Amino acid sequence: MNAEQQTESAIEAAKKAYWTANISVVLVLMGIWFLFGCVLSIFAVDALNKIRLGGFPLGFWMAQQGTTIAFIFVTLVYVLIMKRLDVRYLAQCGKKPSEEPTTDA
Amino acid sequence: MDIQSWTYLIVGLSFALYIGIAFVTRVRSTSGFYVAGHGVPAIFNGMATGADWMSAASYISMAGIISFTGFTGSVYLIGWTGGYVLLALLLAPYLRKFGKYTVPDFVGDRYYSDVARVVAVMCAVFVSFTYVAGQMRGVGVVFSRFLEVDINTGVIIGMILVFIYATLGGMKGITYTQVAQYVVLIIAYLIPAIAISHVMTGHWIPQIGFGAKVVGGENAGVYLLEAIDQIHRDLGFPEYTGTFISGHKSMIDMFCVTLALMVGTAGLPHVIIRFYTVKNVHAARWSAFWALLFIGILYTTAPAIATFARVNLIQTLHEKSYEQRPEWYKSWEQTDLIAWVDKNGDGIIQYASGPAFAGKPDFQEKEDGSYVLGAAQQPLLNNEPSDGPNELYVDRDIMVLANPEIAQLPAWVVALVAAGGLAAALSTAAGLLLVISSSMSHDLGKSIIKPNMSEKEELRWARTAAGGAVILAGYFGINPPGFVAQVVAFAFGLAASSFFPVIILGIFSKRTTKEGAISGMLSGIGFTAIYIYYFKFHNPGAGPDQWWFGISPEGIGSLGMVINFVVTMTVTAFTPAPPAEVQEQVENLRYPSL
Repeated sequence: MNAEQQTESAIEAAKKAYWTANISVVLVLMGIWFLFGCVLSIFAVDALNKIRLGGFPLGFWMAQQGTTIAFIFVTLVYVLIMKRLDVRYLAQCGKKPSEEPTTDA
Repeated sequence: MDIQSWTYLIVGLSFALYIGIAFVTRVRSTSGFYVAGHGVPAIFNGMATGADWMSAASYISMAGIISFTGFTGSVYLIGWTGGYVLLALLLAPYLRKFGKYTVPDFVGDRYYSDVARVVAVMCAVFVSFTYVAGQMRGVGVVFSRFLEVDINTGVIIGMILVFIYATLGGMKGITYTQVAQYVVLIIAYLIPAIAISHVMTGHWIPQIGFGAKVVGGENAGVYLLEAIDQIHRDLGFPEYTGTFISGHKSMIDMFCVTLALMVGTAGLPHVIIRFYTVKNVHAARWSAFWALLFIGILYTTAPAIATFARVNLIQTLHEKSYEQRPEWYKSWEQTDLIAWVDKNGDGIIQYASGPAFAGKPDFQEKEDGSYVLGAAQQPLLNNEPSDGPNELYVDRDIMVLANPEIAQLPAWVVALVAAGGLAAALSTAAGLLLVISSSMSHDLGKSIIKPNMSEKEELRWARTAAGGAVILAGYFGINPPGFVAQVVAFAFGLAASSFFPVIILGIFSKRTTKEGAISGMLSGIGFTAIYIYYFKFHNPGAGPDQWWFGISPEGIGSLGMVINFVVTMTVTAFTPAPPAEVQEQVENLRYPSL
């Protein structure tokens, strides 16, 4: 195997790792999205309403406040994790991580 | 100064600002016109996306709907913010990586087919037009109430304004105008919410005040939400925080409606197109986060406003003499959005569950156009009174706009809220018009009809299409076809069942074929449109017991989406794989550029 082939197979491996990691991150975060958006706010709302959060029944608070706040955090976590994945991928491909890791050609 | 002078001043200043921005950011290239030259910073794109997304429906109607439906109204909060999670995680980064200018661009290139491109153009134009007519109408309503001009004059003023900055600045002009409009609308939304929260609960933050104890008045010391549940029980309404009450949505229906709104949001072309305007994939992810944060500020405030407004409305009107009705009641009465029928002839307003009369208010008029007045000087109605005890009709759309007046806030706040409503409606209208214009000039003109046209010529097409779309939208604003208001709500279902599955599969499955995508889009949108048509227009009397699986027409887009996914994947399995270069293109979407 010559040097060029080695780099190529390294890049192939980096690509595979990047895409697998990306898919797992998205699946986990989509799970949290479903938990807040559908389970806590709709399917389990009656059970949660038995618990009170100050003046709020908890299920009602989830549906009208908590879910939105959770969504904002899910998105933030996604952005930060993906930035790390981008930097790692570029390093594995032999590129220096720059400030803007994904500039377009 | 009175409300009207303040409104002229604040609305005038905000309009001057928008026009000024348009002149500064005018463009000369198609890339500038369609995607602001891919040069918008992520945080500004977040604000612009917020203004683009939050329409007259979010700003004016949403808190009102929640105010009247309580817990059930949460579908809009969950659905419309949840859609941004889908956009951020599943669509925005990949579509930005794809580059280009429009959604039909993606569908046409990914599915190597002009048929798919044209189907996508038709879906985009249909969804955008139903939306934009509603925005123009919203502009007209704000003008007629606060500036006391005719609704049609209001629509024309709005048209001229949008025409100037959309044709001059294209996406670049629209983007920076939307940034300014976001600032105007969020300030206008928060100030009354903060003031009312402090008056009612002693807390400056509405999101906290909404769960706190009432200060002063008959409910002092009781949690606000408990007070409103009690008021609702006393008047015969279902509890405000009550879940899955009969007459409201069932659990399965709430789930389906929420899902359709989420997926529909992620499939709306005027929202997706915003992620093309930033520099790179990384900035696209950040701008999805900023957008959701900026939208979240309004969306967590809206349910607080809804509760405050509900309590205020009932306490200021119920069991009060009509002759001593507040000033705001008198001004809204003239717009036909609030009405009272004195069923028991005691001159006192009684508010209770159920409609006061059949249909929308239809006041009796004399030959000179003035109202025929009853014993308490109230305008009489032609409508048939209902059997129930309720005497009051309140249109839900007035809740946000009348809220500062109900809470007796100063005139400049009322004027600011009006300017905010206009900012919300105009920013969304401009974003939608750009989608229509780029579909015509780029996806039909440049890609199909005349592929060799010069950039200058394409830009002329784009400006002409934007101008034409403004005029057509204005026409629908002045002469709204009866179905517009109803169809707007269904645009989400249609977007959910057409674009979303095809884009997702296009990114995450290289094997998906054009035959699969075209048949998937057509069967998804076809099923959804027929179901909506049947239950809304053909057989509107049919109730929940006839709906499939108890799913209302508003929620059926969720099932349409599932059908689209299944059809696309099945047809794909039986058709030849896409050409190698298309598969390679999809592969390239997935990784950061080296």
